[in-house]
Amino acid sequence: MTPADTLRFATRAATGYPLRTALMVLAMSIGVAAVVILTALGDGARRYVVNEFSALGSNLVIVLPGRTATGGFGLGNLITSTPRDLTVRDAEALLRAPLVTRMAPLSVGNSEIAYGGRLREAMVVGTNGDYVDIRAFRMAEGSFLPREDLGRASAVAVLGTKLREELFGSEPAVGRMVRVGDRRLRVIGVLGKTGQGLGMNTDELVFMPVATAQAMFNTNNLFRIIVEARSREAIGPAKQQLEDIMRLRREGELDVTLITQDAVLGTFDRILGALTMAVAGIAAISLAVAGILVMNVMLVAVTQRTAEIGLLKALGATGRNIRLAFLTEAALLSLAGAITGYALGHLGAWGLRLAFPVLPAWPPDWAVFAGIGTALTTGILFGVMPARRAARLDPVQALSRR
Amino acid sequence: MAQIELSGIERIFKLGDSEVHALHELSVSIECGEYVAVMGPSGSGKSTLLNLLGLLDRPNAGTYRLEGRDVTTLSPDEQAEVRRTRIGFVFQSFHLVPRLTAAENIALPLMLAGIPPAERHTRVAQALKDFGLEPRASHRPEELSGGQRQRVAIARATIMRPAVILADEPTGNLDRTTGQDVTHLLEELNASGVTLIVVTHDPVMGGRARRRLMMEDGRLLQDVREPAPA
Repeated sequence: MTPADTLRFATRAATGYPLRTALMVLAMSIGVAAVVILTALGDGARRYVVNEFSALGSNLVIVLPGRTATGGFGLGNLITSTPRDLTVRDAEALLRAPLVTRMAPLSVGNSEIAYGGRLREAMVVGTNGDYVDIRAFRMAEGSFLPREDLGRASAVAVLGTKLREELFGSEPAVGRMVRVGDRRLRVIGVLGKTGQGLGMNTDELVFMPVATAQAMFNTNNLFRIIVEARSREAIGPAKQQLEDIMRLRREGELDVTLITQDAVLGTFDRILGALTMAVAGIAAISLAVAGILVMNVMLVAVTQRTAEIGLLKALGATGRNIRLAFLTEAALLSLAGAITGYALGHLGAWGLRLAFPVLPAWPPDWAVFAGIGTALTTGILFGVMPARRAARLDPVQALSRR
Repeated sequence: MAQIELSGIERIFKLGDSEVHALHELSVSIECGEYVAVMGPSGSGKSTLLNLLGLLDRPNAGTYRLEGRDVTTLSPDEQAEVRRTRIGFVFQSFHLVPRLTAAENIALPLMLAGIPPAERHTRVAQALKDFGLEPRASHRPEELSGGQRQRVAIARATIMRPAVILADEPTGNLDRTTGQDVTHLLEELNASGVTLIVVTHDPVMGGRARRRLMMEDGRLLQDVREPAPA
């Protein structure tokens, strides 16, 4: 019996019992579709978070005051019990690291902003001219903060697009004077629409020179310093250089924390990756159930076709012929189920993307292969036992059964 | 040398604690081209004998030589090959595969033998013509009459040009006229040189055979030969 004949014979057998075959394919396809949809959901969530972080800019090291990791007990710890503030001088010193291209200090506070009788609460961010490049923001009107000495408290401000709309409506904003807290600042630019980024909506922020913000809030501290490394590979060494500089400035004690964007991204990537795997694992259970169903269906098929098996033996079929025919049938059922499930899964993922446009719910390639692969393997594996049973049937008894 | 030589065949079935001698000390030899009817009451061992002859069953003792070759010691795969090439079966209940057309049912042995589709096609077409089944080629068994079904089964049994045709009550499920048609068909095949061994209850059909093996309780009671008709 040639392989082509075995395939044709098995196909005829599968299509000869349409209801049974349809139900079987349905069960298998639900399993595969579940894997495809659930992994699309998990991986979509992972990609969503990664995108959010990437929107922050690239190759960033974030410096924040205080040391979260506990060090050993030493003389230094005794003398300076409270961490020292992060200052503008620290920020300037960080630029001396050779692997650092740009740096932006951040000083953050809440204040109110008023124009022409309209007043509202706004979050104020004091920074420098490089911030717009580090975050890769686009300007809608005018220009961002001037590149000048960090100590200069110029009376200028840049508005987020939403804030501009609320204060100015259709009026031009650039060149107008707004009151922020107790100061009058000239609006020199408006940021393009950026949307959500790490919980802070940039569209609702007021930017001003860091010295202006510090004077307004009467403080010397910085909230963060964002440092951009030369390249992705340089992030690690750059972090080392920054730590060395900070240690030098703090008499050998490192009292700041440096977070690389990579580390944060990596953590989220791992957590959500694990989540996707877990979800895929749960979906795979339905595939195992479908595999058992294949076995059940094939066992019933062997019982149903006992007389036929006897006949084939009488006509000179070897055990191998019969085993292969039944195994091929099981594989065909699984394959049909896997393909249908793949299509259903993509349909479901498409539905998800329609329902939640922010979620890039595309099933990852590995999940699609794993789903279809598992379907085929379970189908064939669970087909072996019925096929062997068919091949071992005693022809005399099989023929006497009607 | 006889085509079929059985000597000292024993076939014992175990039913619970008791043993049933389905065949006991059976020795018979059948020449090439003979027309043999195996007759006897139910349980006399006719069907067991046919199954042994068709290599569907193995004896507990004794030897079975087919064309001079001891076939009882062959492996299952070798026996399958002998069945495929030397033996054709015709059953009382036809045993057609319900989902396959008449033509496909006839082609089954050719497919199992791995004969290329082109040759298969011409041989099946010839068989359909020979057995008057051409207009029914693409019909399924359920769309065929009993006589047509048995003709398909006989076409299938002969498509591999076997040396022996084993028929188990071939007319048992047919009415008188169609039964006679089928009998004539089998006799024509026999006339062309194929050994025909028929198990039957029907004394009329048994009477047509030139040799009758009368069985009872697993033994050969009588071996009646008639001279070939003039």
